[in-house]
Amino acid sequence: MSNYYLYQDKKRCIGCYSCTIACKTNKNILVGPKPTDIIPVGPKLIDGVPRASYVFMPCFHCENPWCVTACPTGAMQKRPSDGIVVVATDLCVGCKSCMSACPWGTPQWNSETGKVVKCDYCLDRVNEGLSPACVTVCTTQCLHFGKAEEMTDIRRERYARTVAEL
Amino acid sequence: MKKEVYSLCYMCSVRCPIKVTVENDQVKFLEGNPHVSGMEGSICARGAAGIGLLNDYQRVQHPMIRTGPRGSGQWKKATWNEAFDFIGERMNEIIDKNGGQSVAFGERVQLTTPIAKTLMRAIGSPNHFTHDALCRGSVRTATNSLFGYTVTQLSPDYKNTNHLVLYGRNFFEAIEVKGVRNLVEGMEKGAKITYIDPRVTVTATKAHRYWMIRPGTDLALNYGLIHVILKERLYDMEYVDRWVTGLKELQSFIQPYTPDWAEKETGIPSQEITAFARELSRDKPAVIFHYGYRCASHTNEIYMRRSIGILNALMGSMETKGGYFIKKGPGEVGEKKARKLTDQKLPEVDIIRFDKVGTPDFPLPELKFGVAQMLPYAILNEDPYPIKALINHRFDTLLSIPDTTLTKKAFDKLDLIVAIEINYSDTAWYSDVILPESIYLERLDPVHQTDGLIPQMYLQVPAVQPRYDTLEGALILKQIAERLGVGEHFSYETMEDLVRWELEPTGFTLEDFEAKGFVSYTDQQIIWDRKDNIKFKTPSGKIEFVSSMMEDADIQSFPEYEPMPSPPNGQFRLVTGRCALHTHISTQNNPYLNEIVQENVLWINTEKATELHIDNGAWVEVSSKYGSGKIKTFVTDLIHPEAVFLLHGFGHQATMAARSFNKGLADSILQENISDMIGGSPALHHTFVSVKPV
Repeated sequence: MSNYYLYQDKKRCIGCYSCTIACKTNKNILVGPKPTDIIPVGPKLIDGVPRASYVFMPCFHCENPWCVTACPTGAMQKRPSDGIVVVATDLCVGCKSCMSACPWGTPQWNSETGKVVKCDYCLDRVNEGLSPACVTVCTTQCLHFGKAEEMTDIRRERYARTVAEL
Repeated sequence: MKKEVYSLCYMCSVRCPIKVTVENDQVKFLEGNPHVSGMEGSICARGAAGIGLLNDYQRVQHPMIRTGPRGSGQWKKATWNEAFDFIGERMNEIIDKNGGQSVAFGERVQLTTPIAKTLMRAIGSPNHFTHDALCRGSVRTATNSLFGYTVTQLSPDYKNTNHLVLYGRNFFEAIEVKGVRNLVEGMEKGAKITYIDPRVTVTATKAHRYWMIRPGTDLALNYGLIHVILKERLYDMEYVDRWVTGLKELQSFIQPYTPDWAEKETGIPSQEITAFARELSRDKPAVIFHYGYRCASHTNEIYMRRSIGILNALMGSMETKGGYFIKKGPGEVGEKKARKLTDQKLPEVDIIRFDKVGTPDFPLPELKFGVAQMLPYAILNEDPYPIKALINHRFDTLLSIPDTTLTKKAFDKLDLIVAIEINYSDTAWYSDVILPESIYLERLDPVHQTDGLIPQMYLQVPAVQPRYDTLEGALILKQIAERLGVGEHFSYETMEDLVRWELEPTGFTLEDFEAKGFVSYTDQQIIWDRKDNIKFKTPSGKIEFVSSMMEDADIQSFPEYEPMPSPPNGQFRLVTGRCALHTHISTQNNPYLNEIVQENVLWINTEKATELHIDNGAWVEVSSKYGSGKIKTFVTDLIHPEAVFLLHGFGHQATMAARSFNKGLADSILQENISDMIGGSPALHHTFVSVKPV
């Protein structure tokens, strides 16, 4: 896996799509590909109240990425320094092998370039020490990004607050 | 060269502070202003899609003059001089013949509003109006009647609340970034949300309590709540004793409106209403009954919104942590607001308005906004006099005012229609001239004064050069003024001249905004002592349950409740609303937003759809007395059987806005133009519709 961890705190997410759109504008892509997306599930009645989940789908940046193995030209790469899986656009021939290989439908077809585009945690921003576009703009700050070992988990804090005898 | 510019978003009317990253005159990234607490990077989907608007070739690129019949889409490109001359020539002729009052100016309230008002005053017309009545007209009147403050002067403290009650205020889809972030923080600390809506929205999925109320009966629910609160003495007695007048009158009025009565009207079980009242009492005073945003649903709207204010007063939540705070201006710390162009000496205009606001016919709505939806009647009936020219500035009159057929008929009586627009809105498309305005990322706007616990000023500054042959609104208005011979009131040459002139009395300069995009008059929050020092601006200085403002105008504070009729068999109450991806009627053609929400669908209850043999996703014809149209269905249990719902803002007819052309159905085609004649808002949920398969 990559050295990074992108965590979606679903309890806070309202499925507003600012992540999806900021991602696209940062990659300068218009209609069609969505390197990150929100998939709403529900609403369903749970204990008499409607509940839904707004599931954020970035790339998982796998330890052994199916897409990298499938890519015949070496365009799909796992960056050795931090494990970010990124497509080198100049090497991509548009064969779509990565799209077939990925179990989660992460690589996206960009019909304007005839190549694949995917979530690379906004490599341009990460290289400058910034967070990915989606995390930066998130309306409710439900997306968290950082070095995996440095991140605290909101769920632990939340649980601690509920059991604290104060 | 990379640079960072602090400015304001204007993808909706909230005007969130933003940071714009620019490289080689291209906007690279848009995010919330990191220096502003509650923004810190956050921006909503519409804000993020601003880059799509900036670079959109489908927005208005040049001044355009119509060459074919209105709405035919036959245009010729014009130079700015040709367009201004065209307008000047025709408008001077109209004014010479019919007087200045025959010109009306409608707009969505914006930072250039004082400029437009100056123009109208200068030509002797009282007929400046805004979109406000269609949005918050009645709720403004309602809070004004109780507190002496309009709703926009009240600021909910979401971060510290114990309980937020929302009546169809779809908080998590009609997004205001700071509010959403503060509420999410509040929820993290234990705030509860009660959401009341005939339809399950994203907000319903986040709420702790959800009631699918019978449409239009929120007032009955509130009367039931007030009944329990008074009977069981669940209110904040100390606060009510100190600040409220008219409690006795309320007590005697509320007697018949028991929770059992409310159950029959609303469909909400009476024991749940009682339990809710008791829970709120435990949570008080950090309780917010939300006044709502678009509060223009029924002809009794004023009383529904007043009942919310009464509940807030009973909980003691006004000027209270976790409740509401009254917004404070720089005057509270002995400082001055920025100057407005209307502060100049301008001719007095002593002519009745087209909407008759300020006369005994319509005494309570605010003069500074007017009542927009009266325009078609004024034009068609020439009552109080003929209106012959209309300027629409970023206001899509045709699709905003209910009953598009009627509005179009009125437009057909006008000799001149001008649109100052960025998009090919339906109104621009039906105009004689379109004057394209630069968008918010390309222009300096007048100063944005924000009152609050800390009074501040913000600036919207140009991040990049205009992409097309467009101008700033304030410069467009100046040019029109010059063509009409009243240019002497517009003594600025550039936007910078204007902003520097506005800032003069404040002691701040344009340069002071560069570091963070805003300036603050103080660093201390201004909070009044809720026990002893709340400056209510009613004549009595108290919260007036029996409103002197209303009684003086011979309007009852507590009229008997009139039951909300159920639709006749086979018909439905038409309910409309918003989603997180679009702002009213203005963003449907944005490439990014259009990609995610391209058209509206008709929500219809599963059981009712089955009775009518309507399948999910099927095309249906929806019709009312006023119009009809075709739309796809969404058959669902997530809506009350008496209602059908569609998103506002679709059904555009301008072919040059190709992505949104003819996608979905406009609610305004179906709606009746009928109003709350006290508060001033149209009753946008008043209309019954039939639905049949096609």
